[in-house]
Amino acid sequence: MKPAAFEYHRARTPAGAVGLLTELGDDAKIIAGGQSLVAMMNFRLARPEHLVDITHVDSLRGIAVSEGEIRIGALTTHREVEKAGLGVLSAAMRWVGHLPIRTRGTVGGSIAHADATAEWCLLAVLFDARIVVEGPSGVREIRASEFFLGPFTTALGPDELITALVFPSPPPRAALTEYADRRGDFALVAAAVDLDADRVVLGGVGAVPTLVSGKWCSGTTYRARAAAAAGSLELRDEPGISAHYRRGLVRTLVERAYEEAANG
Amino acid sequence: MAERFPSSEPVSGDSRQGDYRHSRVVGASVPRREDPRLLAGRGRFVDDIALPGMLHAQFVRSSEAFAEIVSVDLSEVRAVPGVVAAYAAADLDLRDITALLDRPAHEFVPTAMPVLARDTVRYVGEPIAIVVATDPYAAEDGVEAAVVEYAPREPVVSDLGALAEGAPLVHPEAPRNTLVDVSLFATEGIDALFEAAHTVVEVHTKTGRQNALPLETRGVVADWDDRDEQLRVQTCTQVPHQVRTVLAACVGLAEKQVRVTVPDMGGGFGQKCVVGREEIVAAAAALRLRRPVKWIEDRRDALTAAFLAREQRYAVRAAFSETGEILALDADVVCDMGAYSCYPFTAGIEPLMASAEMPSVYTVPAYRVRGRAVTTNKAPTAPYRGVSRPQYVMVMERVMEKAARALGLDPLEVRRRNLITVFPYTGVNAITYDPGSYRESLDLCEQTLRDEGWFDRRSDGVIGIGFACFSERTGYGSGAFAQRRMQVVPGFDLSEIRMDLDGTVSVTTGTLSHGQSHETTMAQIVADRLGIPYDRVKIVQGDTDRITYGWGSFASRSITIGGSAVAAASVKLGDQLREIAAHLLGGDPAAAVLEDGGVRLEDGRLSFPEIADVAYLRSHLLPKGVGPGLAATASFDVAGDGTFSNATHGVVVELDPGTGGVEILRYVCVEDCGVAIHPQVVEGQARGGIAQGIAGALFEVVRYDDAGQPLAPSFMEYKVPTAAEIPDVRIEHLETPCAFTENGAKGAGEGGTIGAPAAVLNAINDALRHTGVELDDTPIPREAIFRALEAS
Amino acid sequence: MIQLVELSVNGERHDLAIEPRRTLVDVLRHDLRLTGTHVGCEHGICGACTVLVDGQPARACLLFAAQVEGADIRTVESLSEGGALNDLQQCFSEHHGLQCGFCTPGMLMLAEGYLADEPDATKEEIREVVASNLCRCTGYQTIVEAIDDCASRRRAALQDRLDRSAS
Repeated sequence: MKPAAFEYHRARTPAGAVGLLTELGDDAKIIAGGQSLVAMMNFRLARPEHLVDITHVDSLRGIAVSEGEIRIGALTTHREVEKAGLGVLSAAMRWVGHLPIRTRGTVGGSIAHADATAEWCLLAVLFDARIVVEGPSGVREIRASEFFLGPFTTALGPDELITALVFPSPPPRAALTEYADRRGDFALVAAAVDLDADRVVLGGVGAVPTLVSGKWCSGTTYRARAAAAAGSLELRDEPGISAHYRRGLVRTLVERAYEEAANG
Repeated sequence: MAERFPSSEPVSGDSRQGDYRHSRVVGASVPRREDPRLLAGRGRFVDDIALPGMLHAQFVRSSEAFAEIVSVDLSEVRAVPGVVAAYAAADLDLRDITALLDRPAHEFVPTAMPVLARDTVRYVGEPIAIVVATDPYAAEDGVEAAVVEYAPREPVVSDLGALAEGAPLVHPEAPRNTLVDVSLFATEGIDALFEAAHTVVEVHTKTGRQNALPLETRGVVADWDDRDEQLRVQTCTQVPHQVRTVLAACVGLAEKQVRVTVPDMGGGFGQKCVVGREEIVAAAAALRLRRPVKWIEDRRDALTAAFLAREQRYAVRAAFSETGEILALDADVVCDMGAYSCYPFTAGIEPLMASAEMPSVYTVPAYRVRGRAVTTNKAPTAPYRGVSRPQYVMVMERVMEKAARALGLDPLEVRRRNLITVFPYTGVNAITYDPGSYRESLDLCEQTLRDEGWFDRRSDGVIGIGFACFSERTGYGSGAFAQRRMQVVPGFDLSEIRMDLDGTVSVTTGTLSHGQSHETTMAQIVADRLGIPYDRVKIVQGDTDRITYGWGSFASRSITIGGSAVAAASVKLGDQLREIAAHLLGGDPAAAVLEDGGVRLEDGRLSFPEIADVAYLRSHLLPKGVGPGLAATASFDVAGDGTFSNATHGVVVELDPGTGGVEILRYVCVEDCGVAIHPQVVEGQARGGIAQGIAGALFEVVRYDDAGQPLAPSFMEYKVPTAAEIPDVRIEHLETPCAFTENGAKGAGEGGTIGAPAAVLNAINDALRHTGVELDDTPIPREAIFRALEAS
Repeated sequence: MIQLVELSVNGERHDLAIEPRRTLVDVLRHDLRLTGTHVGCEHGICGACTVLVDGQPARACLLFAAQVEGADIRTVESLSEGGALNDLQQCFSEHHGLQCGFCTPGMLMLAEGYLADEPDATKEEIREVVASNLCRCTGYQTIVEAIDDCASRRRAALQDRLDRSAS
């Protein structure tokens, strides 16, 4: 389980990283925390010919809270967010792998990797975060609702780099919860709820984080809303997990997320 | 660090030690001698070894579950930068490995395991060629460049598929894909007992294929030494002498031309107590190249191509009286042993264990069993901690529970009516059980959970309590293994002891520690016999040049048999010391006492260095008939059927109706392994074993798809439980000393693993009691729990 | 494709000429011969390779050595300088928090990094952090107890120092 050979490039600025991506073409890949990428490279399931290391691009680090928004630099680690006191954003980090993953894994990397059960992907869609990207023609913002296109597929261009995520501030009353047989695993089902907006985002029920709000009246019980959310999904039986069970998990987790959001 | 290891009085922080152990080291949880180096990162595991000029190997492995090999083209491999050599089967011409039972053809079909696949591949991951390169990265580059052409065949991917009419044959010589088929005991009149019985219960269960999963994967460093004319093989194996014998035969060397040594080992749990293929190929490559070759199994290979275990299917009937006495037991056991028979145990390892010992801790008056090993296109199997006992104990404990339900009785009461309480007890399976505390351990386990208030918290659909009563045969001597009719019969152990000039002692054991603390516990045994501090004793293990012969460590044999041999050798050395001292001081050797690093007689005292000084440097002063030097050899074997440790496990689980999730709230283990040499180590064995048992009950399974592709190639899919899933375990000790081991000790290595699946399963079923649903397969799907609770 | 990489490990500077694909754990073990850090899975789950990178526990199998130039890397070998076990190592020994010892260096570095960050961690929080790494021998209980005991002792020692400096 040793990775295939590659050439290593180190960027010092976002523009430098974009320049390298443009120059090196399709065979180049950004590495940030590397917590998903390196594992895939060790299995040789990913074999980029060029790695552009952005971990030394210091301008991509850090959290800035200003009126109305929380701007999280793409290289900010899960652990840094966990300790930053950012409400649901911080609370949700306990579901991200384990401590040594959270110390290296980055917010931007998680969004770029676009695992449909990943906590950051759910949170981004829940709050329709703005994903700030830099490319050869400058900086643009993509709404999370338009970012995730399919399994591990995003609207990010091949020569674009995620530089930051922008969330609303203060974070609303919201919660994220998950179920897996074993702690720290990718969730079978994950549910994130924004109580104020009555939005629910689910992971593990489709190729991308799935927004299922607006299908019920606010004012009904959490249980009823959870049942409605579960009922709205089209699910298929899969090896080891039936549609029925997955729907049941959705019902349970959405209700629990509502309760957690309500109880702070 | 020397001050951590007291050099005078034994240290004991353990208040549980009984009076009779006063001033003895045995029974005290002394600091482990292994700890300082392992904690400092200064242990030496096989991958820590680097030899000058060393090359690194990886394997081209089959991508197909079952296929003829049309061609193997390694020409591109050899062109990869860094690759030094690549060999397929035809290049190395190694003899096959064949494990044998002395059983008739209708009971056992021998099959050969080629060291590298030649014409046929029989599982995904089977080694086809070795690639040797200057570093492990280049070796993998080389593996990728291999071109193997296959003619795929329809694979056999399940036990039922293997037994089906017209199924493809994994080995053409084995009809119905059956390697072992034994029908045993068949008590006369058993069918009539079933017909007349008040109640008959049935258990049908299937247990998941598991990986013993030592955290250190398999590995080897091999190099040819011209000066010693020896192939030096450093490998993490539980059975170095077995590796030497097979390796020498495969590559065509004499036994003395192969030296197998075992460095620090990161666990084994049985997976490393068979002879693997890759270490032989790597050694053959080292021999061919005359350069050191290292192979370290990576985790993907360890999860897919290493030896697996535990995939079994049981169909069991048990007849009971109205009052809950078991009258008869009828069992059919099918074990899916994968593609090959492991050496030396053969594919019989699991079915023969299950068939012989299934009646467990109960007085079963009539018994009939059919045990089969079937071969399939999956990675082959090896013994794994507990060997079949986690499964058949689970079955027996489900039998007790089901009988209790059918009869409207308390399941613990049903157990009490059937537990063996009069010892020695010779069972219907012709095994004699030495004294244990079967009833007492159940009573104490139940009482402990009652006292803690758990019985008041039981509630339908949420909290359930489960128990498992079991014993574990340990210390299988050659007689016990001979009953299994292996052609290679393990059992005895040899020990050679020597005292040097300064009074320090070195002692060999044919067992070898891979986490079990033998450097400490064996030293404790010697220390007590000779009256010296345990840090004056060096344990020599895992070296075929320095140890005459040894069977290694498996089957909870090390302390019972190895420790007894070590004790016996110590006693002999002690006799020498007393005789010499008595001669020098004038007195009766029989009155001489070994204590405080010397020999005391009525008229004086000689220290061991003083006696050694005479034995080695002034041997003219020795008594007539006593030769120079201070050394002794002893052997030990267990006569009869071995010694049975026993335990009762009690588990409290909480179910989550919303998810089907399971949390273990409480775990109590009441165990009896006779005299505990080192209670802390015994507890560690129990806790670690329980974690592996819970893993089997709830988390770990290797599944294959219909094409025979393994579905758990990483730790994402093979779910080893973490500290978040494994509960704290309260351990209570009972002590029924073994009458025939030198130390009164029984084995303690496997018990935890054996009891846990049954106890966890029973606890979950207790919480599901009101639903009418009973779950009998492992690992227990959470979806099944969810559905059971949802329906209620 | 050889790259010059400068690493700082246990306070010592090392200049290496290596392929960029070499993971940190392989460089530590095979280029620097610091074999205390172990390899268990090479996909970031077992944690046997856990080291400290700038004080934080990290999986050395998921880092390329080239990425951590300029970082302060600490391995298990740094804990017992001069040959004496540190307090955490002693607690592991006293509680029998290791059997085969293969996961131990990773557990130690995980705990060192965590306790430095969270000296007031509760036993349950410690348990959750220990869940980061796999151990196949102990059942984890004694590892949690060892770390919890060490944390208590460190807190007591700190309190003791504070009390003395106050008096």
